[in-house]
Amino acid sequence: MVTIQKYVKVLSLDEAYELNQNKNNCIIGGMLWLKMGNKNISTAIDLCNLGLDTIEESDDEFSIGAMVTLRQLENHAGLNSFTNDAIRSSVKDIVGVQFRNMATVGGSIWSRFGFSDVLTMFMAMDSYVQLYKGGLIPLKDFAKMDYDKDILVRLIVKKTPGKYIYKASRAQRTDFPVIACALSMINGKYQLAVGARPNKAVLTIDADNILAGGINEESAKAFARFAADNTPAFSNSRASGEYRTHLIEVLTYRCLMEMGGLE
Amino acid sequence: MIEIKIKLNGKMITEQIDPDLLLIDFVRNHNCYSVKRGCETSNCGLCTVLMDDTPVLSCSMLAARADGHEVKTLEGLQEEASSFVGFIADQGADQCGFCNPGFVMNTIALLRENPDPTDDEIRAFLAGNLCRCSGYEGQLRGIRAYLDSRKQ
Amino acid sequence: MEHKDYKAINKSVRKKDAMQLLLGKPVYTEDIAPSDALVVKLLRSPHANAIVTTINTKTAKLVPGVVDVFTWEDVPNYRFTNAGQTYPEPSPYDRLIIDRHVRFAGDVVAIVAAETEKAANKALSLIKVEYEVLDAVLDFRTAKDNPILVHPEDNWVAPCEVGGSNKRNLVASEQSSHGDVDAIMADCDIVLERTYHTKAFNQAMMETFRTYTSLDRYGRLHVISSTQIVFHVRRILSHALGIPKNRIRVEKPRIGGGFGAKQTAVSEVYPAFVTMKTGRPAMIIFSREESQIAGSPRHEMQVRLKLGASKDGKIRALDLYTLSNSGAYGEHGPTTVGLSGHKSIPMYTGSLEAFRFDYDVVYSNTMAAGAYRGYGATQGIFALETTVNELAEKLHMDPTEIRNKNMLKEGMVMPAYYNEIASACALDKCLDHCKEMFGWDEKYPVRDMGNGKVRTAGVAMAMQGSCISNVDVGSATVKLIEDGTYNLIIGAADMGTGCDTILAQMVAECMDCSVDDVSVFGADTDASPYDSGSYASSTTYITGKAVEKACMELRGKMCGIAADMLGCDKEEMIFEKGRIRRINTEQSVTLSEIGYKTQVNTEKNAEASVSHSSPVSPPPYMVGMVEIELDKLTGEVTILDYMAVVDCGIPINPALARIQAEGGIVQGIGHTLYENVSNDRRGKPIEASLMQYKLPTRLDMGHLKVEFEHSFEPTGPFGAKSIGEIVINTPAPALAHAIYRATGVWHRELPITPEQIAMSKPEDNEN
Repeated sequence: MVTIQKYVKVLSLDEAYELNQNKNNCIIGGMLWLKMGNKNISTAIDLCNLGLDTIEESDDEFSIGAMVTLRQLENHAGLNSFTNDAIRSSVKDIVGVQFRNMATVGGSIWSRFGFSDVLTMFMAMDSYVQLYKGGLIPLKDFAKMDYDKDILVRLIVKKTPGKYIYKASRAQRTDFPVIACALSMINGKYQLAVGARPNKAVLTIDADNILAGGINEESAKAFARFAADNTPAFSNSRASGEYRTHLIEVLTYRCLMEMGGLE
Repeated sequence: MIEIKIKLNGKMITEQIDPDLLLIDFVRNHNCYSVKRGCETSNCGLCTVLMDDTPVLSCSMLAARADGHEVKTLEGLQEEASSFVGFIADQGADQCGFCNPGFVMNTIALLRENPDPTDDEIRAFLAGNLCRCSGYEGQLRGIRAYLDSRKQ
Repeated sequence: MEHKDYKAINKSVRKKDAMQLLLGKPVYTEDIAPSDALVVKLLRSPHANAIVTTINTKTAKLVPGVVDVFTWEDVPNYRFTNAGQTYPEPSPYDRLIIDRHVRFAGDVVAIVAAETEKAANKALSLIKVEYEVLDAVLDFRTAKDNPILVHPEDNWVAPCEVGGSNKRNLVASEQSSHGDVDAIMADCDIVLERTYHTKAFNQAMMETFRTYTSLDRYGRLHVISSTQIVFHVRRILSHALGIPKNRIRVEKPRIGGGFGAKQTAVSEVYPAFVTMKTGRPAMIIFSREESQIAGSPRHEMQVRLKLGASKDGKIRALDLYTLSNSGAYGEHGPTTVGLSGHKSIPMYTGSLEAFRFDYDVVYSNTMAAGAYRGYGATQGIFALETTVNELAEKLHMDPTEIRNKNMLKEGMVMPAYYNEIASACALDKCLDHCKEMFGWDEKYPVRDMGNGKVRTAGVAMAMQGSCISNVDVGSATVKLIEDGTYNLIIGAADMGTGCDTILAQMVAECMDCSVDDVSVFGADTDASPYDSGSYASSTTYITGKAVEKACMELRGKMCGIAADMLGCDKEEMIFEKGRIRRINTEQSVTLSEIGYKTQVNTEKNAEASVSHSSPVSPPPYMVGMVEIELDKLTGEVTILDYMAVVDCGIPINPALARIQAEGGIVQGIGHTLYENVSNDRRGKPIEASLMQYKLPTRLDMGHLKVEFEHSFEPTGPFGAKSIGEIVINTPAPALAHAIYRATGVWHRELPITPEQIAMSKPEDNEN
């Protein structure tokens, strides 16, 4: 059971940042993961009064506050029309409505959980995290960074025209995914994010130009094979690495066929 | 200790609390015994309350974060619940009853957001409410019977 | 079949507590316990097999708010069992409240009593324990005669002779047979020998184990517990604590689900011990993790089944050997195992010429098992029904046809079921009805849906019992209230199933009143008549019959009082709605007048208390059919429709019977597809939370449809048999069948996960 000595709803990011430099202090997101641990937190830092609970849409980007909930993503008309509902697909099976009303984008992305559908989905998009001190960093780079004492303020998603598909495999409908695949085609370039390997999501690009001639059954098969070969997958209590590799091939192929309108 | 103000079922409560007090324990301390704990991992939905009319898991919410907000439990929504729970009783789907309050609270949230849901919409919205007794089908029949009764 | 127009029986009335439950009223143990109760928490062993060499509680006791900490040095040295069974229990006396020798990862090492949860948690973290870690028996298949003994102690006692020996890690062992199995097997055209494995699935009732204890105003131990077995708990606590039974009162409030888990006294002894030591009220609430790692789950079993048949599909011989894992303690070990044979084999009485059924039940250093809905039948039926489906597929026969050829029919003597006669059996009608309702002929063929997906179907039959014959006792007290209504007082435990209501329906039927005129109370060892408790599917059948008999006796008594009041013979009295009338006259007294008469200047009361037991345990029967869509590439199974037809005799309350069936089916789907149980290398359960142990949600179970075929059981109340347990038995074999149809692979271990489906090949079928 987590214990907390002091709780502060900060009034500014500066205050949050200062407090967060103490290693016993901690920023709380949706509290869903944090609550299960045995951490002794000196000061819990809550960003809930900083107006970070909105999704702002402009002509060229979505700016998603760290405190935006997964349920807000699921119901956001702009994000879902831009992604042809891929965003909704990526979060709709996460536990339940009440859970998604609490889990935050900041919590999911900052924690870089292996099982994260959210990290997987956004990694396939033209996404950046806005860190309080570290500035704007591509999400795929952020995912590889070590945990530090900076603050994730917003997630920025560029509205670069493209296509997006999300598919995950779950043993039980609201469980963690056994494998999660997000495929995008942005400016004619395909990239595939694979999460729940069970390690955190990684990005595979079409380095061999397998899909350069467009999607057909053959190129889809070849790229699916390529993705399976080039995405490391491992075993845990939910599945073996071998099965995960198999699923990457199956789901990648299906993502491609759906994107290509070939189903 | 920190001071919080929570409007619980219409009544303003000002109280000194430990910073790590969870909302479920706060409301149970205030005699809202309908709110149940079924797991420690935010998976079961038994502890569902409405915060500013949004269904949340009170086992995973700090009471401190609810400061300044309005919280409703089934104790405060007896009338709204009474409009439909009889239809679930007619199916016998209440069974052991331990999951009922959380299920009823989330059904209230569903019906406020979507007054005429399809069966699939009902299943999707209530997916986070586990029930080990009823097999779910009877709960669905009850909600469906209520919705049908409203159309007559 | 006897048919009657009932007034209150076979009616779907609401559960008496429905609105209280649906509106969230405080009716459960934790809701009614006073806030000053001490918080009781348990320190549990991280080792599967170890001896506590030293334990230091000094620092823990200094934590502000900690009242006391107890270790093995503080508890009595009487061994007892937590199994809620009729005395003398078949389960061995192998427990102490705290034993210096811990036998599974989760076994209790210390009890902490504190004013607050925080203080209790702090104390837990400050208890210093040193262990001598021993090698452990983690695989139950290696347990029998293993040099590592789970229970080496000399004061191990088996109250009943069940073939066990703690020096062999053996809880129980038995052989039984009928006919010359080997000769008939040798004469069979086809013999299938298969091995099945089912795991220690958790009941996962929504309310975890919990108990509140205090001293009452006479200084007696008052126990309020979420239990199915108040009278057994009284006896168990008396044994464990060494205090007289008349100094203990046990009652149950509403229970948040049991499914057999609460047929074992999992949580009671700890707060009871604290209250006896401190004199203070105490409460224990098991966390979900504790319920998952130290509860009382299903017995893990390995069932080896040999089936011999003729080439035209006649099942001639069955040879079944079950190895059951009782875990660290023996609760329900000797009894669950019997059902794996005795409640599977009889389904094929129609053709069977011989059978053999042997079993061993072993100790291992894993969580102790207990009672879970189905109680061994579930495991045996998975093995037998799957093998019968395989036989049908091998012979290219429709699996419903092969069952028609072999199944038990009404009136047959069942040699594998203690030679009982199937006095009420509509199994054949269940099969026909289900086939028709489900659309078997259309759904059974494998249909390619494109994109790697196929649709197909599977089938299974099931049986169970309606009590433990010659053992279970149910009792009911029915009392006239002076307004002409009734009190019904029972010792059976409504754990959400609705037994309070269906028993009230029986009173209403007998006394010609409305169900609302019957107030039900139970269960309380001080106030209720003795009842073994709610388990073994027995409440409707056994306690129900006691209710019926008590009502008949009460009617006689009331007629006697009315006769006195009218100055005539009792034989002239006619019991009518609301009054008792003298035959051929309009002279009558109202029930209210009779009630008042019993309160003034009289020696005659208007109450009756009757016990009932049964020499037979008539099986209910069921057929389940499932249609799935299976993704051959990912291995994902989507359940489309699950339909079932149940013969529970006459359903007392069809709505509640249907919910029992639907709930049991979904639990069965859970252990077939989602709920895994595995241990890490040290023997600690991995699926220790609802995050890891995945219960089916409402998105996982497809559409359910349940209907009934009536039979009339002459020994049951109003023709009723049981319903509570049988309903969990069909999903595993029906789903395994459908998965075979879709993939060509038989899966003989549960759960059947998408990975196993996607990665297995038909070549693996023979084992």
